[in-house]
Amino acid sequence: MTIPEIIGLACIAAGIPFFLSGTIGMLRFPDIFTRLHALTKADNVGLGFLIIGLCLQTDDWFIVIKLVLIWVLVLTASSASCHLVARRALQKGIRPWTRE
Amino acid sequence: MKMLLTGFDLLLALTLLWLAWQLLRSTDIFKAIIFFICFGLLMSLAWVRMHAPDVALAEAAIGTGLTGPLFLAALRRIERKAGKNMMSEPAGNGEETGSRWKARNREMSPLLWTVTALTCCLAGLLIWTVLIIPRPLPGLADQVAGSLAESGVNNPVTAVLLNFRGYDTLLEVMVLLLGAITVWSITHAPFPPRVPDTSPVQKAAVRLLLPLICLIGGYLVWQGAYQTGGAFQGGAVLSAALVLLLISDFLWLPGMRSLPLRLGLTLGPLVFVLLAGFGILVEKTLLRLPVEYAGPLLLFLEAACGLSIGLTLAAFFAGGRPASDLRETPYSGEAKGKGPAES
Amino acid sequence: MTTILYSVTGLLLFVFGLFALIVCPHPLRKILGGNVMSAGIFLFLVAASYRADTGEIDAVPQAMVLTGIVVSVCITAVALVLSTRLQQAADQGARRRRKRRREEDAGE
Repeated sequence: MTIPEIIGLACIAAGIPFFLSGTIGMLRFPDIFTRLHALTKADNVGLGFLIIGLCLQTDDWFIVIKLVLIWVLVLTASSASCHLVARRALQKGIRPWTRE
Repeated sequence: MKMLLTGFDLLLALTLLWLAWQLLRSTDIFKAIIFFICFGLLMSLAWVRMHAPDVALAEAAIGTGLTGPLFLAALRRIERKAGKNMMSEPAGNGEETGSRWKARNREMSPLLWTVTALTCCLAGLLIWTVLIIPRPLPGLADQVAGSLAESGVNNPVTAVLLNFRGYDTLLEVMVLLLGAITVWSITHAPFPPRVPDTSPVQKAAVRLLLPLICLIGGYLVWQGAYQTGGAFQGGAVLSAALVLLLISDFLWLPGMRSLPLRLGLTLGPLVFVLLAGFGILVEKTLLRLPVEYAGPLLLFLEAACGLSIGLTLAAFFAGGRPASDLRETPYSGEAKGKGPAES
Repeated sequence: MTTILYSVTGLLLFVFGLFALIVCPHPLRKILGGNVMSAGIFLFLVAASYRADTGEIDAVPQAMVLTGIVVSVCITAVALVLSTRLQQAADQGARRRRKRRREEDAGE
């Protein structure tokens, strides 16, 4: 195993807690806005770590470009869809949760 | 490692079953559709586990990415027609259909028990059959690998789809066209659909993503000859771009005529039929391609089919014949009767 | 092992879908049930042809399943449009009946 591969594995391992916390946040947070926050923020960081790790595992530049493209696409799509869901929720009159 | 994979398989299978059960029994139909989308995504994981990346891609793009929005659009249409709240809680507007759909469940419990028992018997029989089949089952993998060189492509799935079993795919493309014709003859849709106040973020994202999506669709079609990909996956990605356009309320869409749309819908089937006729002329057999030209011909065919599939799937999403296309207003009596009630 | 696991899952999905198709009264749920049924059949078809020991793949069932996925989307789309029309027609009937009843009430 070469050194970049080990660093890559470490990156992937570092990304997993972010996904885990994002998922726990989605399951446990009180309302739609905080859930969206947990999902988009934590998962995007986790995905970044995952992509860096996978890029370090391969030595083909084409695959690296494709992985980075996937990352950019997921970032764009998740931020846009998060905005749309939150906007619709506000339009429907759902109030953000507050500690009474 | 093997243990880990088996554990993953077990977890995936149980999750699939749980999701299917949830989606079939949850009271809210909107929730059921969301469960269905999750179910489809996990199905595509299962396809990857069975070394079927082509199917995984098609499941993720068509089976989930498109069927989910289709269901959501239909639900919205039904809800808007029927007044709020009807679909999720059919008892709410219990004039006609709603109460009828709900009430039967409770009344016929002896019959329900019979149905449950029969279904359990069926499940037991099927599982027993699976367990007693002698393994390994015979397959056609060797024949496919043996004649792959004659097909003109390197991806065995594409070779089977477009060359060895081209007949199936020809009929399938025809089924798609028939589906589009059926949808168009049943209803007409406002084209483009009215989208009340689109968010600027959505417009910007669609503008950013659209060229990229078209590029990826074309890449998938082109790549189908060598590795995972092909006309169906590429077409599905293209249809995703069109669906995004449809829900984003762009100004230049209403000016479009329906003639290019019709031509696009029929392009794939037309090219397929021409190719079949070409096979009769040159090789004396329907759909058999000359070996030396097979590669370019298949690429051409894939490109045409991909375009048609993308347009057809988007037409399904639009949900009917473009209203601007009609010479006179259809169902004029109904349309007049409906007008005040809807507004 | 993998083969049998996924085959059994596919068959159970088929049975779930069939049960929902028979029992559930709501048309959208029936269509969802049909989709789950077809997913089960596809899973069974590919799982039966998958050989875990040699790892070789059989392209014919995979191509059939690809075809099947596209056809099932097509059928789903037509069924959804039909159910929308059905709902529309039922609503119009209900509205007309309500209107007639109101007129009768007014007449009396």
